[in-house]
Amino acid sequence: MELRYTPEEVAFRDELRQVFQSKIPAEIRRKVSEGRHLEREDIATAHRILHAEGLATPNWPVQWGGKDWTPVQRYIYTEEIQRNAVPMPLSFNVAMVGPVIANFASEEQKKRFLPATASLDIWWAQGFSEPGAGSDLASLKTSARREGDTYIVNGQKTWTTLGQHADWIFLLVRTDPAAKKQQGISFLLVDMKTPGITVRPIITIDGAHEVNEVFFDEVKVPVGNLVGEENKGWDYAKFLLSNERTNIARIGLSKEKLARVKERAKETPAGDGTLWDDPDFRRRVAIAEIELKALEITQMRVVAAQRSRAADKPDPNSSILKIKGSELQQMATELMVTVAGPYAAPMPSHSHNEPPVGPDWADAVAPQFFNFRKTSIYGGSNEIQRNIIAKAFLGL
Amino acid sequence: MDFDLTEEQRLLKESVDRLMADAYGDFEKRKRHQEHPQGYSPELWAKYAEMGLLALPFTEEQGGFGGGPVETMLVMEAIGRGLAVEPYLATVVLGGGFLRLAGREDMIPSLAEGSATLAFAHTERQSRDDLFDVATTARRTDNGWVLDGSKSVVLHGDTASHLIVSARTSGNRRDRAGISLFLLPADTAGVSRRGYPTQDGLRAAEITLEQVKLPAGALLGAEGEALPLMERVVDAALAALCAEAVGAMEALHELTIDYLKQRKQFNTTIGSFQAVQHRAADMLVALEQARSMAMYAAMMAEHPDAAVRRPAIAAAKALVNRSADLIGKEAIQLHGGIAMTMEYKAGHYFKRLTMLANQFGDTDRHLRVVAEAGGLDNAA
Repeated sequence: MELRYTPEEVAFRDELRQVFQSKIPAEIRRKVSEGRHLEREDIATAHRILHAEGLATPNWPVQWGGKDWTPVQRYIYTEEIQRNAVPMPLSFNVAMVGPVIANFASEEQKKRFLPATASLDIWWAQGFSEPGAGSDLASLKTSARREGDTYIVNGQKTWTTLGQHADWIFLLVRTDPAAKKQQGISFLLVDMKTPGITVRPIITIDGAHEVNEVFFDEVKVPVGNLVGEENKGWDYAKFLLSNERTNIARIGLSKEKLARVKERAKETPAGDGTLWDDPDFRRRVAIAEIELKALEITQMRVVAAQRSRAADKPDPNSSILKIKGSELQQMATELMVTVAGPYAAPMPSHSHNEPPVGPDWADAVAPQFFNFRKTSIYGGSNEIQRNIIAKAFLGL
Repeated sequence: MDFDLTEEQRLLKESVDRLMADAYGDFEKRKRHQEHPQGYSPELWAKYAEMGLLALPFTEEQGGFGGGPVETMLVMEAIGRGLAVEPYLATVVLGGGFLRLAGREDMIPSLAEGSATLAFAHTERQSRDDLFDVATTARRTDNGWVLDGSKSVVLHGDTASHLIVSARTSGNRRDRAGISLFLLPADTAGVSRRGYPTQDGLRAAEITLEQVKLPAGALLGAEGEALPLMERVVDAALAALCAEAVGAMEALHELTIDYLKQRKQFNTTIGSFQAVQHRAADMLVALEQARSMAMYAAMMAEHPDAAVRRPAIAAAKALVNRSADLIGKEAIQLHGGIAMTMEYKAGHYFKRLTMLANQFGDTDRHLRVVAEAGGLDNAA
């Protein structure tokens, strides 16, 4: 048993760190580190740089631009991106639809979509959740009725993250209304420019336009845009969601945030010294760091177990990673609000003529804390994860 | 990075697990072991010796098997699962640790064959868990030392053949310097012991040292410089306790899950209720986090730099304590009344986990160590 990295793994990490720190613009990394809203161009710039370096899609099959990395190297990659405050390559492309296309789509579809998905020439959005289908995703109602060589799509998707930037959307649609819940669902690729699609913003409690509602009114989709078999979409969705969950702990991100918490606490006047001298505050940071260390090792145990596990079989421990990982991200953003103290309150100024109220990072911390309440809801809420553990793992 | 056990470690784990299953699989057997005057079965202790477990941490030159913290972790996990009452922590982990690091190879053979058992007498009425708070004195004489003072709640102190006693050779009660260790036969004149059972089924003793005359050679390690050695050995013991807790939590969680699948109310198993399922899931999360930290503790236990080792071990114990607290209490609650009975095993796991969480410092203490060190990010 050896929990430390080998010298080769350390060299691999340092090489990635060097790329991330030297190639990604400092301004973008600063925004990520401060938890600020990223513009479309920020995400696209970082993604394209990583793609040019061959580092956007390492988890894809090698023939489609993936890397022949070990599970440990894959873990190091994710952790280093996050620790260095680099925006992750667009997850809808890289972690969601890309692997589904690579695993289940036709050769023709692979050639058509994978290169453009990797390079972000297509920006994808995820069309899964509906107003009546959240945790109970399989109860979705958006329908696709087949007429000749065309599906006619009707319905509504919601929580469509960054859908306002999307060129294409991958949808779960009901193709067999008579079939039992999970069985009549198909996986469709839809061009957002198709007539009949309307995108409406949802403004979340942090004031940001991150998510959207997407309406489909008699939208015509060629049958050639069906992935895999009709009515087998639920299998592909499960595959996608389990991929999503493996990287959901975001340990590197929590590490980066806790490092900032400590750095800023040391600069924040309090009492006769700084906030860092306050034992109660330090105790809270200690609890977060200890839980994070434990989670990091738990994650490594999952990674190590992947060596002896088929690539498409998720580890039940991924639910543990989701629960603890989301709690820690929330804890870190909450600590940052504590550090800001009174300066967490002022709304960010959008005028460039006015100086910031308080430290220049402080106006972003409350919105991020508000925003991060989402982490225990998305990706299968933490209650759904507990159901999974109880049923799949404990046999209850 | 690699979590695999070596072939030798795998065999060790299998044989210890088998020993524990034989000795403790039937819970009634534990009560019979405890009925022996020393609070554990001498026959079972002889089996530990036979299997080489008592010689595990010593080098081959010392007559041992060269086991490290990972081997200790495997043994302690099995001890935790079995809820074993033998003095392995006191004799092998603590006692053996002192002998090894202070170069007292002469005692290793008797320890390895099971004839000698050790107890570490450090706690005093006022000290709580401050290892450096020592009022017991050792005065140098022409041909040795004279010890005076008293030690409290000494784990297995009533039956140990030898004691390792911390005593002050210079300085004031709470000085970090000036503490020395002494190794003495427990029947030395002037030593009196009052033994008693503890809440978790083990035994401990109050020990009084009155004009205890020791030869010069009784000094263990360097005079006045025992604290770093004590901290090092106690850190190894904390890592071992983390592993024992993981074994106990794992067994208690299994016991609880089995019960949830059997116990019926409202015409269905209580495990079918979501309110119960989510709590069982949270127990698993706590267990896996603790398992990770027990591994971390094993990896850090022998780190020579105390500034790195101490916060790492404290972090492990703090997290394991929090998990033990959650799993112990939830196990009782989810079982319901049955776990309140002395007859049933679950309550005994709960009691051991409760006491274990206090050994060598509680959660608050260990969190303070991590906080005062400035956190954990520099610790590995």
